[in-house]
Amino acid sequence: MEVDKYIASGILELYVAGSLTEEQNVEVFQYAREYPEIRDEILAIESSILELTKSVSPKLSKRKGFDDVKVRIGERKDPQVVQFPEEKSNWSTYTGWAAAILLGIGVAWFYNENSQLKSNMNVVEQEKQILEQQIFEARGSLANTNQLLNSLRDKDVILTPLGGQEVSPTSYAKAYWNKKENKVYIDAQGLPEPPDGMVYQVWSLKLEPLTPTSMGLLDDFAQDENKIFTLDNPNETEAFGITLEPAGGSEGPNLEQLYTLGAVASS
Amino acid sequence: MDLDTLVVRFQKKDILAFEKLYDMYWVNICGVVHTIVKDKGLAEEITQDVFAKVWNNSDSYNASKGRFFTWILNIARNAAIDKVRSKSFKDQKKNLSADYFVGILNRADNTDESKAEIDTSALKKLVLNLKEKCLEIIEMLYFKGYTQTEASKELDIPLGTVKTRNRSCISQLRENVTLEWK
Repeated sequence: MEVDKYIASGILELYVAGSLTEEQNVEVFQYAREYPEIRDEILAIESSILELTKSVSPKLSKRKGFDDVKVRIGERKDPQVVQFPEEKSNWSTYTGWAAAILLGIGVAWFYNENSQLKSNMNVVEQEKQILEQQIFEARGSLANTNQLLNSLRDKDVILTPLGGQEVSPTSYAKAYWNKKENKVYIDAQGLPEPPDGMVYQVWSLKLEPLTPTSMGLLDDFAQDENKIFTLDNPNETEAFGITLEPAGGSEGPNLEQLYTLGAVASS
Repeated sequence: MDLDTLVVRFQKKDILAFEKLYDMYWVNICGVVHTIVKDKGLAEEITQDVFAKVWNNSDSYNASKGRFFTWILNIARNAAIDKVRSKSFKDQKKNLSADYFVGILNRADNTDESKAEIDTSALKKLVLNLKEKCLEIIEMLYFKGYTQTEASKELDIPLGTVKTRNRSCISQLRENVTLEWK
């Protein structure tokens, strides 16, 4: 390929003019890619033609400009042509848009409303579950209470009131002893809450000679709602006593901290 | 941004790229159209339409078939020539001379400078020293859109001579452009 000869042939001038056949155009295009001299020559020819065509351009005081082209290609509305004479179609367009927007708002509102309702339903559902739970618990509690009441009403139960002692004169308690079942129900409602680290301990006492036997602790005193504690009592008890002991209980009662005491009525 | 990138973006319907190309070539295209229709209002109107066409037919441009300017130039020439051949145009301007480019200089000499639609001083400098047959062939190839064969028949010269004569004419033009820039 003799580049100089090719350039001198004048084919590139015709290429810029657009006077070549399609095949020739493709050929020049490929040579221009391959040979920078050819590409530069084409640019120089084109630039001279640009100068020439520019020199014959008319003097215009004010050009229509690119905005006018935008109108022609539909990229921009022509304020003069479109808006005035086509007021009707515009009106219907606006109505259409307005309807669409209203519909959109409506749908959004319903969606929101629906979500709100769903959310409300969830809350109600949760409340319902809580209520059911409470009813369930209340039923359980009632059953327990009934059971307890039945236990206390049993004809074999001996009631022993325990009176307040020197340490706490206003304290009181009651022991319901079912001898047959060897069970004692201590109603400790009349005892003050034990201080931290201390616990009430219940003693079965034989009076002569004074022999205390631990029956157990009133554990979790503060948390117990009805303050009725069930303890085993296989002993031949003559009296019940309740003392305040360090947590975990003691081997023997601390009589200085004897809160309540009551002798079992001899039957 | 270089021309190739602009054209690629234009073909992807990038309106900003199109606006740049419009700014680059508007004056040239309007010059070619004006040379053909010889009325600046009409030339502007046609040029605006040409660019609208360019946008709407962006897909049909292919770099392997020619320069981007050449493509627009071709669309503009066809649009302007169609207009000149239309009935309405003929009714308005009955005595239109068939010469496009060559006549400008002749007319310019006989027309009052203030009434002229173009400032011919730049043109005069560009075509300085160019012979009549150069103006003739440049007009045919660049303003009338003749093919090499058509020019050869019209001028009654061999095909090869069209190429070589045109080359020497354009070389002279290029020299004048270089002088102009200095």
